[in-house]
Amino acid sequence: MSAVIRLLLRRLGISVIVLIGVSMLIFAIARVIPGDPARIALGPNAKAEQIASLRAQMHLDESLPVQYGHFLADLSRGDLGISLYTNRPVTKDIAQFLPATLELVFCAGIIMIMLGLPLGILAARYRGRWPDHLIRVLSLVTVSAPGFVWAVILMLLFAFYLPLFPIAGRLNDSFDIARVTGFLTIDTLLAGDFAAFTDALHHLVLPAIALSLSGIGQAARLTRANMVETYNKPYIEMAQAYGFFPSRIARIYAFKPSLIPSLTIIGLDFAAMLGNAFLVEAVFAWPGLSRYGVAVILRKDLNAIMGTVLIIAITFLIVNIIVDLLIAFLNPRIRHSARGSA
Amino acid sequence: MIRAMRILASNPLSLVGLLLVLLITFAAIFAPWLAPFPTHNGAVIDFAFANKGPSARNWMGTDLVGRDIFSRILYAYQISLMLGIVVLAIATPVGTAIGLIAGYVGGWTGSILMRIVDVFLSIPPLVLAIAMMGVLEPTLTNAMLAVTVMWWPWYARLVYSIARSEREEGYVLAAEVIGAGTMHIAFREILPNCLPAIITKMTLDMGFVIIIASSLSFLGLGVQPPTADLGSMVAEGARYLPDSWWLTVFPGLAILVAVFGFNLLGDGLRDILGVDE
Repeated sequence: MSAVIRLLLRRLGISVIVLIGVSMLIFAIARVIPGDPARIALGPNAKAEQIASLRAQMHLDESLPVQYGHFLADLSRGDLGISLYTNRPVTKDIAQFLPATLELVFCAGIIMIMLGLPLGILAARYRGRWPDHLIRVLSLVTVSAPGFVWAVILMLLFAFYLPLFPIAGRLNDSFDIARVTGFLTIDTLLAGDFAAFTDALHHLVLPAIALSLSGIGQAARLTRANMVETYNKPYIEMAQAYGFFPSRIARIYAFKPSLIPSLTIIGLDFAAMLGNAFLVEAVFAWPGLSRYGVAVILRKDLNAIMGTVLIIAITFLIVNIIVDLLIAFLNPRIRHSARGSA
Repeated sequence: MIRAMRILASNPLSLVGLLLVLLITFAAIFAPWLAPFPTHNGAVIDFAFANKGPSARNWMGTDLVGRDIFSRILYAYQISLMLGIVVLAIATPVGTAIGLIAGYVGGWTGSILMRIVDVFLSIPPLVLAIAMMGVLEPTLTNAMLAVTVMWWPWYARLVYSIARSEREEGYVLAAEVIGAGTMHIAFREILPNCLPAIITKMTLDMGFVIIIASSLSFLGLGVQPPTADLGSMVAEGARYLPDSWWLTVFPGLAILVAVFGFNLLGDGLRDILGVDE
């Protein structure tokens, strides 16, 4: 077990370095902006002294390294500055909008794993036969369109033509749920309102499927490729010679070792959904980080842009660490290794 | 070459992919001659035919100001393909060079280069591009810049991992023994062995660049109206669902068909060139 802890520490160490790099990158992007951020934020009618005071407040008059220092110092206090768009601390804004996005991404991630892995197993088990070809074409189709195209198609089919699911939003207005975690599926259960919980789930279905479709295809293809490789190993042949059922061989002997290389990429896909959520949220009017992110970008609200990207990068890093730990737990070679090098 | 043709012929899906890619490239290049309404790429208004469904005159219907959607899709393919080619033409050599040096030289140089790559890879690609477009003016050139900046690290990582494993191969050791220079070994000895993987990735990436670029313009951060772009066409039409479905469905399917073509072709190339997934 200590190998896993060592791995965790090493990953955390690398993540801190990467995070510092990310903060530099975000800072660099923010300074590419043409024009004076203070003037853009205050609009064309602002007086000179107003602009000067905002410039001082944003440390815009100082040298770039000093500005970066201020940015880091604020950051270490958990202060991302004031959004010039909402006039509230960026951390507050993000805390309000992030849970809706995370809830959507988690659901999409679960759908991706629940459908993608079994489809991959199925394709590998029937490799070279029709289920394999069918799954291959289907997964190629799903990865061939961005989330917003699937969102539009799903909405048209299952919200308009077959009105099975709601068209937009997270929850019917008739429900009044106290906000605890920001995750509506959890908050409704905490409130003990089962009807609201069902309604929240109902709203989640189409956006989550639209977001997960390309991930499902990716996960299925990857699982299939890794499993086919495993199937060529001698111990599978031995299991077949013993007369084990093909389904048992597929599930236990071929799948488990193949899962490990797939997991890294699935983790990356999972995290990439944070970006793609922007597209799906826009179609389904999902009140998540996307609406906020696009609004602040159109207003060139620097603090909010930097804060949003930073929070997404941190979430991305956390997901990757979790995936690495999962791999360490699943992979006996790492779990039992003395040196714990992965 | 003959072997490649034979594999391609025995794999009907890649053949379909090749045909789709050729068809779309042809349509994009000859859009001014193929489009029934070549002027509809710009700010044309024809209210007599505004917001009409598919008909014999307008195969895919018309948009809110009466422009022919089919014509606009052909022009939008021009933008998508050009963007993809420019992005890959810059991102691939940059990423490959960095990956080769980091992988072959290794040591501190390699570690620092790959940590920089990690930084870029630790922000979801679309978010990085969105952030860059957030501070830049939304133009085609800036969209290309933003997508390129987020694209090179993927090549760096791919080439890095190949170069790392090739470093120990006999032919590299042999070159070292006879005193070949570092640059010679990296670019003349190792690089040719990375090419199949790079070419496969480029084919698949044409599709992904089209997806990312259309996503940017879908959010209003890419090519600006009145220029036709698949992403912004979907965004404009999404407000008029379900009645004016042709406004979104045809541009959306146009993205799907193009990317599907590149994916099928890339998938086939992977088999032909013997690249691991």
